[in-house]
Amino acid sequence: MADANNGRIEIESVTKRFLTPGGEVFTAISDVSFTVEPGQFCAVVGPTGCGKSTTLGMVSGLDRPSEGTVKVGGKVVDGITDGVSFMFQADALLPWKTVLANVALGPVFKGAGKAEAQARARDWLRRVGLAGFEDRYPHQLSGGMRKRVAMAAALINEPKILMMDEPFGALDVQTKAIMSNELLGLWEQSRPAVLFITHDLDEAVALADRVVVMTSSPGTVKAVYDIDLPRPRGSVQEIRFEPRFLELQHQIWDTLREEVERAYARTAGGPVTEGKAA
Amino acid sequence: MWGDTSIKLGNMFGAVAGFLGVLLLLFYLAGFARGRLSRRLAILLLLGPAVLLLLVGIVVPAVRTIYLSLFNEDSTKFLGGGNYTWAFGNSDIHQVLLNTLLWIVIAPILTTALGLVLALLVDRLRGQAVYKSLIFMPMAISFVGASIIWKFVYAYRDPSQPQIGLLSQICMWLGWHNPPNWILSHPLNNFLLMIIMIWVQTGFAMVVLSAAIKAIPEDVTEAAVLDGAQGWRLFANVTIPMIRSTIIVVLTTVMITTLKLFDIIRTMTGGNFGTQVLANEMYSQAFTEFNNGRAGALAVLLFLAVVPLVAYNVAMLRREREVR
Amino acid sequence: MATLTPTERKSPEPARAAPTRTGVRRALSSPLSTVAVLLVTVVWTVPSLGLLITSLRPQQDVAQTGWWDFFAHPHLTLANYHDVLFNGGFGVSDGLMPYLVNSIAITVPATIFPIVLASMAAYVLAWIPFKGSDTIFFVFFALQVVPLQMALVPLLQLFSGGAHIGGLTIFPAVGMGGSYAPVWIAHTMFAMPLAVFLLHNFIAQLPRDLIEAARVDGASHFRVFRSVVLPLATPALASFAIFQFLWVWNDLLVGLTFTGGAPESAPMPSRLAQLSGSFGDHWEILTAGAFVSVVIPLIVFFSLQRYFVRGLLAGSVKG
Repeated sequence: MADANNGRIEIESVTKRFLTPGGEVFTAISDVSFTVEPGQFCAVVGPTGCGKSTTLGMVSGLDRPSEGTVKVGGKVVDGITDGVSFMFQADALLPWKTVLANVALGPVFKGAGKAEAQARARDWLRRVGLAGFEDRYPHQLSGGMRKRVAMAAALINEPKILMMDEPFGALDVQTKAIMSNELLGLWEQSRPAVLFITHDLDEAVALADRVVVMTSSPGTVKAVYDIDLPRPRGSVQEIRFEPRFLELQHQIWDTLREEVERAYARTAGGPVTEGKAA
Repeated sequence: MWGDTSIKLGNMFGAVAGFLGVLLLLFYLAGFARGRLSRRLAILLLLGPAVLLLLVGIVVPAVRTIYLSLFNEDSTKFLGGGNYTWAFGNSDIHQVLLNTLLWIVIAPILTTALGLVLALLVDRLRGQAVYKSLIFMPMAISFVGASIIWKFVYAYRDPSQPQIGLLSQICMWLGWHNPPNWILSHPLNNFLLMIIMIWVQTGFAMVVLSAAIKAIPEDVTEAAVLDGAQGWRLFANVTIPMIRSTIIVVLTTVMITTLKLFDIIRTMTGGNFGTQVLANEMYSQAFTEFNNGRAGALAVLLFLAVVPLVAYNVAMLRREREVR
Repeated sequence: MATLTPTERKSPEPARAAPTRTGVRRALSSPLSTVAVLLVTVVWTVPSLGLLITSLRPQQDVAQTGWWDFFAHPHLTLANYHDVLFNGGFGVSDGLMPYLVNSIAITVPATIFPIVLASMAAYVLAWIPFKGSDTIFFVFFALQVVPLQMALVPLLQLFSGGAHIGGLTIFPAVGMGGSYAPVWIAHTMFAMPLAVFLLHNFIAQLPRDLIEAARVDGASHFRVFRSVVLPLATPALASFAIFQFLWVWNDLLVGLTFTGGAPESAPMPSRLAQLSGSFGDHWEILTAGAFVSVVIPLIVFFSLQRYFVRGLLAGSVKG
């Protein structure tokens, strides 16, 4: 338990293979290595199908690498990692439970008493600006409000690592910007390490301290960039116009573009076909 | 008597509460496990009971039935294929096999045909829900209940007395003053028993086929109509081919039910008067003749007859799902 | 048959077809087809009506005239029901009442046990992949083919005698005399392949996010199963529960075999089948008995018709 507060994630030459239903071996990611420091906000960008979600699964302990190791806080991941929370593109809310009960679920799963869990849930709902909505059901809320509930549910266990799998992918542009700002605000308060998956490069640069660019099929790390924009960053809409942001954005985009085009050509059946033959 | 009843219901509640209680306790204790152990415990405790039940309840007994079918009645003497040659050589069993064959050909075909006609007709009627409910209702009733209902329809009384069986009475109203004792009249009685099966299963065929017909994409039928297909020709060239796989699924499903038919024969005739079928003969061999060898051989025959039907049925369903 | 999936909520009776539907329907829309459907409906209903009316007529009326005579001379009585339930009048002092109680005491656990055990297994097979899990699922799937009759005799021997290797008892005798346990266990065993198959199809398609979010929150597999999977799978559980309830309630073969027809534990159908053979002349009693046994399935049918149809379609190849 000495490591409980240390959220350092070390991914060392990890390869993951699956057996497809057809019986063939499919390599999702190959020889992936990168590190996320405690309290660091790390974004992973890459084209569709580059094994970003597979990587998250192995850090959380839901999945196991075929080769290599994943360490959290210096300890090799074996079973579900302690102190991890997840946020998905779809809000993982139980439709038959109220907003309050949904947020309280995390502490309850951790073994907290009902009264304590509800008190903490109330507090977190207030922090995400949903005081007064405790007794609603998820289907009675707007998309943005459900996202806030999901955020409260992810943060209530005070994770040392927060994993976000395209959490704002389904939102419209304005809501997405608002939610990004709120996420940064909440993150500044408790500073967990964040592993944030997205295919939106602007979002990655605006939010993260470190951006990992992945290639596709099989997924490998193409490059790692440290983002030296100062914190707190303020509004994500405004930071996009700063010269340093544009510089970094261009630099990463040059790396990424080639990958995106290659992946697109492959899925669209375009002229580049060497991927298929391999 | 009420004391007896409360003991019985007490047993029931006790068993359910005990069952759930033990599971919850196991879950609670196993919930403390961490890491790899937790995963293994979950697999063991959640999947284990089902696998064990399957092994003890189906796999081992089925293998043992095959084994027993090679022995004499009390499994003391090895007979090889003796019970099988008996099954195919004995004239009583010839009658059983012939009856079973008649059942699995006639009952499913009539059920499916009638169900198809009703599916086509009923959807356009006002109050279709009422018709559908009433035709589907026998499906909720046990075969035993259905048999008693129809036994009463077929009830025989001397023609000089007032009739109580509906079928005889209708014959008399129609001018046939000497109707036979229906259940005793071989081979007619076989067909009268099949009517019970058809009565029970037609609603099932109708509901499934009606859903399939409604699922035909409109553009398909509209295109055919624009091409000039009408009435019967549209029905034969578009509707039937479009729901062909559903028809086959219904046909084979009713066939499987028919093959395992036991309750109707047991309740109506006990297998007498030339109405015996395979599943009931198997039961009689096992529990009245106490010949486990012959019962085993008949069970194996039943199994062999069912396998291709189920396999075909499943293949059909899978294909249909892939298409969708 | 039709598979239960979470996304596919297609009721077997969707909304009425669009008015411009096919030429077939137009071609067949004659008064003739109305008459045909009406005729079939009447033929399908009249036998049940005859049963109901007979069960309500006084004994001498039933013996002397056909039930249609009721419309000319309507006399109603509940005496037959009282007789058949409590007096019996044929050797068993308590009539059918003990069998009715047995039916209830058999059906409730024989519905709950397989659903709980099968949903547990389905969760593992769908969400905790391990080496050999696909094979196990395939075996469950394939065993749907095995008819009950294949397992009947050896299972009965096992229940009454236990299983021994040398002097070692590896399976104790359950004891057959008047106990429900053999019937409960037999029904649970025979329900397993179909139940696991159907529930697996449903549970495998539940949203991954909900289950994984609970897992990383620290919920054990048991907790996830109880708090997330079971509530989400309620529609499939309900459909299968109705199917299994009716299957057990209406079953003759398993009940007869594993209780031996004893009044201490045998369900209604086994007694009715017996009465039908030996008391064929007491129609007022037999019809009342039959009606008692069909009334519960009919209540289920008319009140839960939609679930009933779904469950029935899903389970119609069982046996």
